[in-house]
Amino acid sequence: MSADTSTAKVPPQRPSSSAAAPAPGRAPRRSLGNRLSGTATPWLLLAPTMVVLAVVLGYPLVRLATLSFQNFGQSQLWGFQPTEWLGFDNFSAVLSDSVFWDVVVRTIIFTLGAVAFTMVLGLLIAMLLIRVSSWVKTLMNIALVASWAMPIVVAVTVFKWMFDTDYGVINWLLTKVGLDFDRHNWFIDSTQGFAIIMVLVVWGAVPFVAITLHAGLTQVPKELEEAARMDGAGAFKVFRYVTIPVLKPIIVMLATLSVIWDMGVFAQVFLMRGGHPEPEYQLLTTYSYDKAFVVNDYSMGSAIALLTVLLLLGVIAVYMRQMLKIGEVE
Amino acid sequence: MTDSAAPRETAVTELPAKAAPAPKIKAKAPRPKGRSLYNLIGVAVAAILGFPVYWMVNTALKPDKYAISNDPKFLPFPITLDNFKRALEVSDFWGPVFRSLIIAGTTVAIGLVVGLLAALAISRFAFRGRKVVIVGILTVQMVPLVAMIIPVFLLLNDLGQYNKLSGIILTYLTFVLPFTVWTLRGFIVNIPKELEESAMVDGCTRTGAFVRVVFPLLAPGMVATAIYGFIQAWNEYLYALQLLSQTNTTATVWLGNFTTTRGTEYAPMMAGSTMMAIPVVIFFLLVQRRIASGLTAGAVKG
Repeated sequence: MSADTSTAKVPPQRPSSSAAAPAPGRAPRRSLGNRLSGTATPWLLLAPTMVVLAVVLGYPLVRLATLSFQNFGQSQLWGFQPTEWLGFDNFSAVLSDSVFWDVVVRTIIFTLGAVAFTMVLGLLIAMLLIRVSSWVKTLMNIALVASWAMPIVVAVTVFKWMFDTDYGVINWLLTKVGLDFDRHNWFIDSTQGFAIIMVLVVWGAVPFVAITLHAGLTQVPKELEEAARMDGAGAFKVFRYVTIPVLKPIIVMLATLSVIWDMGVFAQVFLMRGGHPEPEYQLLTTYSYDKAFVVNDYSMGSAIALLTVLLLLGVIAVYMRQMLKIGEVE
Repeated sequence: MTDSAAPRETAVTELPAKAAPAPKIKAKAPRPKGRSLYNLIGVAVAAILGFPVYWMVNTALKPDKYAISNDPKFLPFPITLDNFKRALEVSDFWGPVFRSLIIAGTTVAIGLVVGLLAALAISRFAFRGRKVVIVGILTVQMVPLVAMIIPVFLLLNDLGQYNKLSGIILTYLTFVLPFTVWTLRGFIVNIPKELEESAMVDGCTRTGAFVRVVFPLLAPGMVATAIYGFIQAWNEYLYALQLLSQTNTTATVWLGNFTTTRGTEYAPMMAGSTMMAIPVVIFFLLVQRRIASGLTAGAVKG
């Protein structure tokens, strides 16, 4: 985006103190007072955000870390028993549990699959959007925004209904087409079940990606594409060497967000399985929730949650480095 | 590429065009070649994407005996509102909806005010530690909500905020606030500094330049951010499930529990889903143009 060059590196124009005296006295005030307010103003602006985040995020994060080294269950919650420090006991229990590793692998596969499908479909739809007639574009936009705006819980109930064993419209459609899907239960086999959950997640995530990328595509300078075409580039080469580089900052942002969101998928699995996901349906999120609020072992749940955060940070670090590299974070 | 969508495009460029001279050569006449194939694919994509929404409404409007049928009908005929009545009867509907509105509205309002200040700080000021703050906000946004539920639950328990709307509003800021800061920063960065600079050359203070020049250009972005934040808060399920009691719950949890009250009654359930989703969808459709343009539009291009 052109903004990269124009905004990022330019130092700010002499920070004048906020709300202070309007026009007069421009020249003399400049020196010391302005320099002071110049350093203080951004921090003052940041202060409310930092306070709020310290309370609702900082403290819980610290508590999450300490909990995972403690023994904290129902009796500690009610204060019947003191909290004990356990060292790494929780972690060694979790890490030596093969069930945990199954859950980790399942979560990673699910996340990568969902993000890949979301990004590819989103880009394809965005490119389609700039090629269709305006009435089709309007139609597609309505469909995109409608599915984007659908609350996740609503989407889950609708998908449950569409894939219902007895009266689901999907089974009916597939049977009509000639396949034997009469009374087919999609959730007996967890692979099929997860396929549907992934369709649900991707369906909900694609609109944001497609609409954002479409907005980005309309900003791709036409002169660049034309120049490339004049130099003999075909449609694919224009796409590969002009469109993609221009869109890259947006793509990176969207991919980052998608990884965060898809790794944090909870309600889709939890509600799809009626509030009690079977072992083969557990993702890291539901697994940690189960340990904390079903088994009432808050410290074990915290240990799993902490490991999830660490795993996620590992995945995200790659993207963060790239964002720093391309100057998105300046 | 050849972008013809005339009314929409002009409407979009209108906003920034007022603030800056946009000497842009409009694309040549659209090439019809291949257009009809694209249109066909486009219609198919729209049909597939829109199907779940359509099926929800369709089921909700059908009489019960046609809704649950071995041979589903694709048009709701005869149309009935019985399912909606039934959904409202099953349990309290308006209580959870009002609670959801209050929670989401308050969260977004606080998030927008607080977040705008922070976004300004990191996008318009150069100061030591700025990069650390940005990386911090990005990192904070990556912490999955689910991972935080245990300590947040214990925190609200300690503060006596369990089962209180104020408590849940506070916790919703964990995801609304970082998102707001980051998104608004993106919008502000896309507003060229030159506009502010020229206003300041003309005698505006920094604050004046912001209020008169940046803020009007930022307004669509703020609307977009607010709506997205609102939807996120409205959609939130886990915190509402775990931090509010069954009698004090939000619309999402109300719908999530719909299944269990009387087995699975799909037709009223779809009616309940429709009531929850349609207002949001319509609201969203109305402002969608701004959202799409706001995300990447800048005033001075090239």
